[in-house]
Amino acid sequence: MTAPLLAVDRLTIRFGGLVAVDQASFEVREGEVLSLIGPNGAGKTTAFNAITGYLAPSAGDIRFRGARLNGLKPNRVAELGLVRTFQKTSVFGGRSVLENILIGLHLRSEQRPLAIMLGLPSVAREERALETEARRILGFVGLGARALELGASLPYGEQRLLEIAVALAARPQLLLLDEPVSGMNPTETESFMAKLAEIRSLGITVLLVEHDMKMVMGVSDRIVCLNQGRVIANGTPAEIRRDPEVIRAYLGERYARAHG
Amino acid sequence: MKAALTAAWLALLVTLPLWMTNQYALHILIVTGIFIVAAMSLNLLLGYTGQLSLGHVAFFGIGAYASALVSLGFKVQLAPGVALALDPKPVWCGMLAAVVVAGAFGWLIGKLAFRVRGAYFVIVSISFAEVMRLVAVNWVELTQGPMALNNIPPLALWLPGVGEHAFWKKPENYWLTLGVAVVSYVLIRRLVRSRAGRAMVALRENEPLATSVGIDVTRYLVLTTVVSAAMAGAAGALYAHYIRIVDPDVFLFLYTVTMVIMVITGGKGTLAGPIVGGLIFGLLPETLRAAAIRPEVQWIVYGVLMILVLYFLPAGIVPAVRQWWERRRGAAAAAPA
Repeated sequence: MTAPLLAVDRLTIRFGGLVAVDQASFEVREGEVLSLIGPNGAGKTTAFNAITGYLAPSAGDIRFRGARLNGLKPNRVAELGLVRTFQKTSVFGGRSVLENILIGLHLRSEQRPLAIMLGLPSVAREERALETEARRILGFVGLGARALELGASLPYGEQRLLEIAVALAARPQLLLLDEPVSGMNPTETESFMAKLAEIRSLGITVLLVEHDMKMVMGVSDRIVCLNQGRVIANGTPAEIRRDPEVIRAYLGERYARAHG
Repeated sequence: MKAALTAAWLALLVTLPLWMTNQYALHILIVTGIFIVAAMSLNLLLGYTGQLSLGHVAFFGIGAYASALVSLGFKVQLAPGVALALDPKPVWCGMLAAVVVAGAFGWLIGKLAFRVRGAYFVIVSISFAEVMRLVAVNWVELTQGPMALNNIPPLALWLPGVGEHAFWKKPENYWLTLGVAVVSYVLIRRLVRSRAGRAMVALRENEPLATSVGIDVTRYLVLTTVVSAAMAGAAGALYAHYIRIVDPDVFLFLYTVTMVIMVITGGKGTLAGPIVGGLIFGLLPETLRAAAIRPEVQWIVYGVLMILVLYFLPAGIVPAVRQWWERRRGAAAAAPA
């Protein structure tokens, strides 16, 4: 077996006396979709924040391709190829959709401040290339026709797509999605699942936090279930669905009877 | 069309001293122009990165003092037996020094801005300007304190076909100011329409999202304050060599307020905003005086007009005009169909 892309080892995060994540260990393998599930307050988003540098872990190790991520600032984590989205819809509302993507392309451009101020032709050339790339990404998520509209003026479902597009622009190796379909209607969720399969086919590994079980069971290769900060189960969707502890803590008897 | 309009504007501005013979009016234009450069530099920080610096005049004053001191020369006793002395240098050296020294202070404030944000940064920036003013008042050996630095020489340059030439007259200073303003405008325009400008706006609009796509917020905040401070320093240097006297009052809070008014009324975060706001609120007091309105009433009119602009056009004049223009064009396009 090859080394994991992301290895979380005995991660612990405390807020004062509260232990939000308690010695949680799991791995994300290259090319897979791994879902993190669990009841509200289980520590999913907290773990996300620690992995992406928004929170400092109290103890434990986070390694990406063997390199330690603990203590790195979020922008450094992004440079290494881990890009996240946020639980609450988060776009640059006051800028156009196209400009949102251009901001996302930040790491892919190489203009230096001095070159910019001197107005070197290389800067203009790169700007044109970036715009082409941004339009291509917008086409990929199906927002091509919205390029010049303001981010905040898009309907909710499209804002969520724009978020993903901004994250994709940063060219992630590991894409971390925090409840991407929350608030979407079933049709939107369905089309999002298809989009996720396309993202996966680009060779991007996905770590997903989600409550929509239909989606989680449909797209995940493996599932890790957290409860009160601890990993209580780790396995394929079929295994998780039958796991008595997951049923007790999260899925509930009714779900088990319906799908088991 | 747009290029032609720009060319016409520039031609009008460049030829202005040739047909405007009123020297006093020209003086007002020069001083307003210098403040517009300062306001443009403030706009970069306030409008694009969203950091309210209420101490921006500090960079202006630092530039004025740095340039004046380098061109006048100075000698200070730093410690017993340790003296720092500088012989008078050509004025262009002084102006360069103004840009560098103000930029260096900008770097310092930029580093600080990352640690203290929002209201705290506002307080720190005001204090910074006030400390600078107190230094200027009290370090008499260097700054002459309230006695002011006098007899500051005007800029002298070697010009092709003219030889060594000193900028004594008003039209020359007008062109000099216009030149600095145009260069500043072009630099800001290039910056904000690039990766750097997008990073600034991103950190203003949504900082967590900006960092999540790899934008180094500290780096761009520092870059912005350095460029902004250096530009304000250049404006200060222009001021020192045009007015030819610098006293600690260049650090007055009032000047910061003037710059902020110019930026906010014109439209913060727009390229033309500080220019439009600067022209209106820079020339308004003189226009009112020329209209022979009584002095008390002048300032009431000024204040009321400002409140009206902010109340009815909260985003500023430039965005409002642009919106109106687009709506009109949209209506015109829809009408024939």
